[in-house]
Amino acid sequence: MVLQTSLKNCLQLSCILRAPKAGFRSTTSGGLIIQSVSTDVYQNLAVEDWIHDHMNLENRQVLFLWRNSPAVVIGRHQNPWQECNLRLLRQKNIKLARRRSGGGTVYHDLGNINLTFFTTRKKYERMANLKLVVKALKALRPQLDVHVTDRYDILLDRQYKISGTAAKLGRTTAYHHCTLLCNADKFVLSSVLKSPYKGLKSNATPSVPASVKNLFEEDPSLTCEMLLDAIAEEYAAHHQIDHHITLINPADETVLPGIKNKTKELQTWEWVYGKTPKFSVSTCFNMVYKDSVLDVKVEMDVKHGRIEVCNIDLPEPWLPPALCSELMKSFTGSKFCPDETTALAGTLLRVCPQDDELRSKWNLLCENMIMLM
Amino acid sequence: VCIHRVRSCSSIRFIKSKYVCVFDKSALKFSHQQRLFRTSAVSCGQIVQFKLSDIGEGITEVTVKEWYIKEGDSVSQFDSICEVQSDKASVTITSRYDGIIRKLHYNLDEIAYVGKPLVDIEIDASKGVAPEEDVVETPPMSHEEHTHQEIKGHKTLATPAVRRLAMENNIKLSEVVGTGKDNRILKEDILNYLAKQTGAILPPSPKAEIIPPLPKSETMPAAPKDKARKIPVPVSRPIVFSGKDKTEPVTGFQKAMVKTMSAALKIPHFGYCDEIDLTQLVQLREELKPLAQIRGVKLSFMPFFIKAASLGLLQYPILNASLDESCQNVTYKASHNIGVAMDTDQGLIVPNVKNVQVCSVFEIASELNRLQSLGSAGQLGTNDLTGGTFTLSNIGTIGGTYAKAVILPPEVAIGALGKIQVLPRFNGKGEVFKAQIMNVSWSADHRIIDGATMARFSNLWKSYLENPASMLLDLK
Repeated sequence: MVLQTSLKNCLQLSCILRAPKAGFRSTTSGGLIIQSVSTDVYQNLAVEDWIHDHMNLENRQVLFLWRNSPAVVIGRHQNPWQECNLRLLRQKNIKLARRRSGGGTVYHDLGNINLTFFTTRKKYERMANLKLVVKALKALRPQLDVHVTDRYDILLDRQYKISGTAAKLGRTTAYHHCTLLCNADKFVLSSVLKSPYKGLKSNATPSVPASVKNLFEEDPSLTCEMLLDAIAEEYAAHHQIDHHITLINPADETVLPGIKNKTKELQTWEWVYGKTPKFSVSTCFNMVYKDSVLDVKVEMDVKHGRIEVCNIDLPEPWLPPALCSELMKSFTGSKFCPDETTALAGTLLRVCPQDDELRSKWNLLCENMIMLM
Repeated sequence: VCIHRVRSCSSIRFIKSKYVCVFDKSALKFSHQQRLFRTSAVSCGQIVQFKLSDIGEGITEVTVKEWYIKEGDSVSQFDSICEVQSDKASVTITSRYDGIIRKLHYNLDEIAYVGKPLVDIEIDASKGVAPEEDVVETPPMSHEEHTHQEIKGHKTLATPAVRRLAMENNIKLSEVVGTGKDNRILKEDILNYLAKQTGAILPPSPKAEIIPPLPKSETMPAAPKDKARKIPVPVSRPIVFSGKDKTEPVTGFQKAMVKTMSAALKIPHFGYCDEIDLTQLVQLREELKPLAQIRGVKLSFMPFFIKAASLGLLQYPILNASLDESCQNVTYKASHNIGVAMDTDQGLIVPNVKNVQVCSVFEIASELNRLQSLGSAGQLGTNDLTGGTFTLSNIGTIGGTYAKAVILPPEVAIGALGKIQVLPRFNGKGEVFKAQIMNVSWSADHRIIDGATMARFSNLWKSYLENPASMLLDLK
């Protein structure tokens, strides 16, 4: 039921979605349920943006259902270095996305479902939405102990978080989205959401860690499809509309004109990392070189994801001080990011006297600096 | 400016002359009714305190997270002013007025209160203050056709000046395609609509400050071009181009390039080019590709080029050397760490394959695979990027035949490989045959390398590649 792909669905959808000149010919006034066929986090976030910017929600509410392949999604005003293990993400090829709504960091994979409730700004009501989800869960499995807290979380058995919430309000429209843990990989979740970076100080919104549990652990007969269906059914009943899910392809420019640009913007470094509120790094590390252990102190200020100020305190004269100050100067203005730093470090070495000892010291220092990013 | 427009518009009967002046840029912002136009910001407008409106859910305070404008900026109605956050909800606050920002009441990360002033905006005195309710969508006059803003679930966005223009010209806003942000209808759109209706020429409006920023993919409205095709232009007008120069600081990769290339400039380069017949190598590679594939390695031509270079360097070690700063000493490097120029999203990086002199062609291929996948993922380490002694740049994968490569200090030579082309050549019997030809352009440091050395090295390298079997004799 959930995965129909009839052409009729898509045509009906394009009639409803095509702004601004389309006539409102659909019979489903009052509500619309759509589901994404893509598992790309950037494409799905772009759909949210598109609906938020282009769809008229007077007299209509929309429920958007989506799932993503492994990705970490941080809130609008968060600091990715504080929130997750970026090194691990790169190694495991897990995407990092920044959404436009507030709130904390979440890990998505195909075992997690996302629900977005679109309404006009006036009808924005998170508690009602979450209560609807709980009602759907209870209708599906009456024995489940799930309830909504006043922090807008959904708890299982009064202690495990199975859903987190975030919201975005614009001029006339608003959306509230939440996750629902069905069968996500908890091991990966806990390892990627643990930040190894020390000494970070910022006013970015911090996440509040919580113990989580999958609904699947509570009841192995549950699947994501069942949950999606149950929630759609409850939403349809609540808004007195057909229990009919329209599929939407986030790559289709004809149905969603301008979606490609929105998707691209969400993937730019400037958005994902550059939107991090100003922060400072104040840390130290030990380097083992031959028989000695060196203490290195590093202080950096990072704004818009770029290093504004950099200070590296090395015991002299392990590295020629001129070289060290060259390094600090060249960091200024460059991105707080491993590959840019690596390229810079590699290049700087070319323009100084060459010997193997210097090269290995230089590499050691740079590798350690890169570990901070 | 205004006068010029009156003249060229005089042939257009349907536009009432008093509205010609509305086309002027400042008029759009500050005045609807007056003919006077101002070209500089006037400070005798009324200052309105724009209060933070209700967020919903009984929320009374929010944190200011980002300002999109600063004091002195001009804003239009519906432009984003700032982003605030409250309890997991991020809210975009948009302006209710057209005007100039005169004061920001909060700094970043401060708490702002609902109902209290957020920013002070100076608006023109003649405009008056918009009502306290959120977002005025309907025009001031209630002419039936033009108040029809909500048409079948679609709303039209347009500033009051645009609405007036539409109304005076009997245009239904619902029939005009908006090209601004959020499909907002701009003055251009009204003009285009009018032009299409009558086929007349309208003067282009100065783009600079009137239009809210268009999305990046937008181009100029097609209307001027269409009009030019239909009716010959009687008056020649200057072509208005309003693109602006963009200055940004040199940072990151670019900065690294600047440093390297400035140092390279100190090296006196000389070039030497030659043509290599790769017909036999192409065939050999075709045979070996599946074997490498079985072992999980993608085999390109580079491993052969690299190995042949290393064999050549064994005979001409001066090409694998380094000259010190003072030009007093030459260091002959024992390892052949051959760099391969790679083009990534961020720019040029040159990772190197270490110790090619003791690697087999297969090992070189596998190492190249590793470097390439790390390079495209942006995960190369400093060790991979430092310690190179000789470089090959395969610009031919992108295109081109000859190149003059710049030596990467502290090295003394570099080779640029053009693309492989199929060209007719004569064989030993004087017959024409199809040959796979690639050009190589070497650059070397003329302070320690002379032309003859470079030529001999190149010949040796060439002979290995033209007759791959000969490499077998010298492989270690």
